[in-house]
Amino acid sequence: MTALDRPDVSLALDPEEARRVRAARFERVGKWLLPLAIMVAAIWLWDRICVWNEIPRYILPRPGEVLYTLYADAGLLFGSLLVTLKITFLGLALAVAGGVGLAVLFAQSKWVEMSFFPFAIVLQVTPIVAIFPLINIYVDNQTAKLLLCAWIVAFFPILSNTTLGLNSVDRNLLDLFKLNGATRWQQLVHLRLPAAMPYFLGGLKIAGGLSLIGAVVAEFVAGSTGQSSGLASRIIEAGYRLNAPRLFAALILISFTGIVIFLVLSLISHLVLRRWHESALKQER
Amino acid sequence: MLQTMEPKTAEAAGGAPLLMLRDVGKTFSNGVTALGRVDLTIREGDFLSLLGPSGCGKSTALRLIAGLSTPTTGLLDWRGDGAGGRFDTGFVFQEPTLLPWATVFDNVWLPLRLRGVSRTEATPAIREMIERVHLTGFEEAMPRELSGGMKMRVSIARGLVTKPRLLLMDEPFAALDEITRFRLNHDLLELWQEEKFTVVFVTHSVFESVFLSNRIVVMAARPGRVFGEIAVDAAYPRDEAFRTSPDYAALCREASRVLVDAMDAGAGDDRP
Repeated sequence: MTALDRPDVSLALDPEEARRVRAARFERVGKWLLPLAIMVAAIWLWDRICVWNEIPRYILPRPGEVLYTLYADAGLLFGSLLVTLKITFLGLALAVAGGVGLAVLFAQSKWVEMSFFPFAIVLQVTPIVAIFPLINIYVDNQTAKLLLCAWIVAFFPILSNTTLGLNSVDRNLLDLFKLNGATRWQQLVHLRLPAAMPYFLGGLKIAGGLSLIGAVVAEFVAGSTGQSSGLASRIIEAGYRLNAPRLFAALILISFTGIVIFLVLSLISHLVLRRWHESALKQER
Repeated sequence: MLQTMEPKTAEAAGGAPLLMLRDVGKTFSNGVTALGRVDLTIREGDFLSLLGPSGCGKSTALRLIAGLSTPTTGLLDWRGDGAGGRFDTGFVFQEPTLLPWATVFDNVWLPLRLRGVSRTEATPAIREMIERVHLTGFEEAMPRELSGGMKMRVSIARGLVTKPRLLLMDEPFAALDEITRFRLNHDLLELWQEEKFTVVFVTHSVFESVFLSNRIVVMAARPGRVFGEIAVDAAYPRDEAFRTSPDYAALCREASRVLVDAMDAGAGDDRP
């Protein structure tokens, strides 16, 4: 495998193979360099636009100023980030527990799935912002409100993916289990759950981002109560005060958090599946 | 149109009846009769091939024997005394059907694991079985790292690890290339002679059935039924020399002839 990764340079290559090696090398470097270059160019352009048009800092701050705010307001912003992160991860954990639990329940009987799946869909397709006023009436605790929102937004992809995975088991393997007198529990633990793993991890990757969105959106709608202090509240507050640099700084923190969550979940997925699943294998020619 | 041929007796096998299919038939809920009324005796130590065109019910028959499906008519008489319960059977599918997330070792362990045998307890049996199919050294490999032939070896080891008296094989080598198939044919025969289990082997290859079995049961379609039987009395062990012998050629000719007749008999409405 490693020998294939690095072709022996002393090898006499025909033009086609040499071209392929060059293309592969360019792709390895370009994959990182190109997006980075575009990003730097965009930030430079942003800075220039501010200067050329003499845009006031409360409308569009220069990138440098945003960066400085990130540093100067670090205590405030990172404290808020922690609050948002707490809601995001608790929401995600509950979504995993609820989504997988319900999916396993659905997998036990076609009837249960047929009866309850429509409710899950209703919960999914109704915009969370529209449900929130109701949650606001019924739930007192601020954290519980936000958690409920994050959970509602994040649990569906886990539920639907895991359900699909639990049902996508090789028919012959099911026969083999039956032939060997496997119990339902053995069938679940040794066959259905491992088979559902790639599907579950795919759902988890989506749910991670959604959980963050759920947490932020919930805080936006709940923000009027003035009790929360997550990043969304900071953005609203900064908006009222025309503190655009802080607004941008908070926004960057949220995006960055989303990216990190996605990368971490992708890494987990890769580590779990790398030994057996097609999606985690390096392409071999 | 419909013709039957007198089945040749298979005295060569001579073992005690292991399983008698008495008047066994299967009709699916969509009205298709996969298997008409089949009477068939499987004897202890048989290597019995079910040979026939697609749609003749050979796979259905195998699933009925395995207990994966229940017959519409008739009964499966284990030991042929009307009283015996079913034995442990091993099953090898057309595809290797391995757990992709488990190593070779754990895949072979599976049937024992499902019977509650711990890894430590099962280890000697698993190691022995892996050695018997010539995969020693690959215990910790994942299925995706193996070739098609090696995966099928794992599948055979898994089918035999419980020491079943009856091994059911559903076109196990159909998807393999010829060289690999020949080698697996040879190794399977070796295992069968050493372990003395009984095999029911579904195939649509005349050459494979003649090389492997002592009895070939030819089946016809519409409805699936036993059309005739050919006794292959060539001695075991059979090696590559047997494949080129005149006996082998003659047996293949005979089997082909019966198969063609069976296909004519089962062609039904498909004929122009």
